[in-house]
Amino acid sequence: MHIKSMAEYAANGENPEVLFWVGCAGSFDQRAQKITKAFAQILDKVGVQFAILGKEEMCTGDPARRAGNEFLFQMMAYNNIQTLNGYGVKKIVTACPHCFNILKNEYPELGGNYEVIHHTTFLQQLINDGRVRLKEGGDFKGKKITYHDSCYLGRGNNIYEAPREVLQALDVELVEMKRCRTNGLCCGAGGAQMFKEEEKGDTRINFERSAEAIDTGATIIAANCPFCTTMLTDGVKNKEKEDSVMVMDIAEMVARSLAD
Amino acid sequence: MHLIQQLLFILFAGAAIYFFAKKVGEIRRNIKLGRDEDRTDNSSARWRNVLLQAFGQKKMFKKPTPAILHFFVYAGFIIINIEILEIFLDGILGKHRMFVPMLGGLYSFLIGFFEILGALVLISCVVFLIRRNILHVKRLSQHELDGWPKTDANLILITEVILMSLFLTMNTADQVLQSRGVEHYVLTEPFWVTGHFTGMLSGMSTGALIALERSCWWLHIVGVFLFLNYLPYSKHLHIVLAFPNAYYTRLDPQGEMSNMKEIQNEVLYMMQPELAPAADPNQPQQHRFGAKDVMDLSWKNLMDAYSCTECGRCTASCPANITGKKLSPRKIMMDTRDRLEEVGKNIDKNKSFVDDGKSLVHDYITVEELRACTTCQACVEACPVGIEPLSIINQLRRYLVMEESNSPQEWNLMFGNVENNMAPWKFSPDERDRWAEEMASA
Repeated sequence: MHIKSMAEYAANGENPEVLFWVGCAGSFDQRAQKITKAFAQILDKVGVQFAILGKEEMCTGDPARRAGNEFLFQMMAYNNIQTLNGYGVKKIVTACPHCFNILKNEYPELGGNYEVIHHTTFLQQLINDGRVRLKEGGDFKGKKITYHDSCYLGRGNNIYEAPREVLQALDVELVEMKRCRTNGLCCGAGGAQMFKEEEKGDTRINFERSAEAIDTGATIIAANCPFCTTMLTDGVKNKEKEDSVMVMDIAEMVARSLAD
Repeated sequence: MHLIQQLLFILFAGAAIYFFAKKVGEIRRNIKLGRDEDRTDNSSARWRNVLLQAFGQKKMFKKPTPAILHFFVYAGFIIINIEILEIFLDGILGKHRMFVPMLGGLYSFLIGFFEILGALVLISCVVFLIRRNILHVKRLSQHELDGWPKTDANLILITEVILMSLFLTMNTADQVLQSRGVEHYVLTEPFWVTGHFTGMLSGMSTGALIALERSCWWLHIVGVFLFLNYLPYSKHLHIVLAFPNAYYTRLDPQGEMSNMKEIQNEVLYMMQPELAPAADPNQPQQHRFGAKDVMDLSWKNLMDAYSCTECGRCTASCPANITGKKLSPRKIMMDTRDRLEEVGKNIDKNKSFVDDGKSLVHDYITVEELRACTTCQACVEACPVGIEPLSIINQLRRYLVMEESNSPQEWNLMFGNVENNMAPWKFSPDERDRWAEEMASA
């Protein structure tokens, strides 16, 4: 499968249906690369014309801004907006809620106006439109699965239902944690915590959250964020449950359930 | 005798209102020490928040038990205040229950309704005292409440119990006096609650009953005036500020962080120097980046601090606090108010603020607390009155990083990577689409 870049589309004088903003985790992190590939595979399979920025993509500046480094954020935003506007990008889909939030809510004030969609919402629309067709009795049918609301998709942008609808479409048995939706507990990675040690405390946030997820009796923890996926996987390992409980991105679950 | 009582009452009421207004003026001035921020757009959405969050207490109902008890106290407070109007006018004009002839049968209905609310307020406050002092509900007994905050909470509850007891005792005595046909005590229908308790006082002499009824009347209204003046010094000020605070609360998605226009422009002029305006010598001095002290925060952050009633719903939902870190969003709000009060006193003393060598960061809120935040917005989501602790945390972090270059080594590495490799990790930008190449060859 060949994934085209914006530069390739532009060279042919064409525009893709949507730009897939991969994000740094999705590009470089080995675990998150699997999510990226799964999502790209779905888009390719159902014939969505998409492009990536490739080497032209840069960090949105989210971790810098949340840590307090507004200068660095503004530099990154300036360069990204130049690139995006240069290609005349209208619609962006991304598999990272941090990129999603910053592109959707924080770039417009800086001159970057796009329709930005999180990949779980995009998948839900593709399923609703009949473009994504799922196997009857796929791998996840009837499986006990819990869903972890990421902060920047949930509380940050009030998206709680779309990811759950995708899970329903996979016929899973969805079991909610006590702290879900608006009360969802953070995985511990946001606010640039991903890039530093936690402050002193009784336990780690990801241990607390993973324990809660494991206690539901679910065999899969469904996530929508590459950072949550990493944090929760570490938390599951800490509980020595990695043989019985898996952390998966919703895109990976859909990719495994596509009808032939 | 009546005239002296009237004069005393007017004197007392006047003093109470004067001192309250004076303190309100000080709080208003303190809030206005904050930076400008426009929060007047989209008034229909703002009124909606006032109706749902402040009047309707929508977010309180995430925890139904305290929500219902709190609703009784809140409804009681608002509605029983209608009765205060009569008490107030009686006091000034030297009358007794002057609304009886005007309202007729409706009067007993209203008082009965107030009495039911009064009894519910009393019961609720007793339950609240039990939750705080016997059950030790976690969010109501955490360390940041040690000392004055716990005393403040108990004083408020005890005062309300006393005021409601006085109100109900007064009505009971009044009805016994009515039944004996004592002068001034106009006959009404039996009141719904206290009508059942007249037997308890029927053994008392008429003189003693009048003394009891008058004492309760005076203690109640004096208590109300004192309580009014206690409010501005207490966390209980939320009963007033919850309403404007809900109006001015942010309407943007919670995930959105506020933009720093001055830095946006600086970057723009660096990249496109032709857009930079000519240097203006009269240009006001650049403000410091982020917030070091309360004056660097916006007025809404400061109003938030005065609106906080220290309920701890934010702290109970904070992932950092839950896992034993020092950060507590409630403490951020309490510290902001304490520091603001200190700055206010400084201004009272010196006419304008004189540097006291202290600041909100370091002296009140430590770097360790600020570093523990995951920006998950649970504190903002949890607050029933639309307070945003996260907004303060973000501004203090901006100050630390941009003015003090105070960030952990790992963050400095991350900043360096973002700047040089366009990613927070040390990968070559050339590797960014490696996954795509892998898919092509697969």
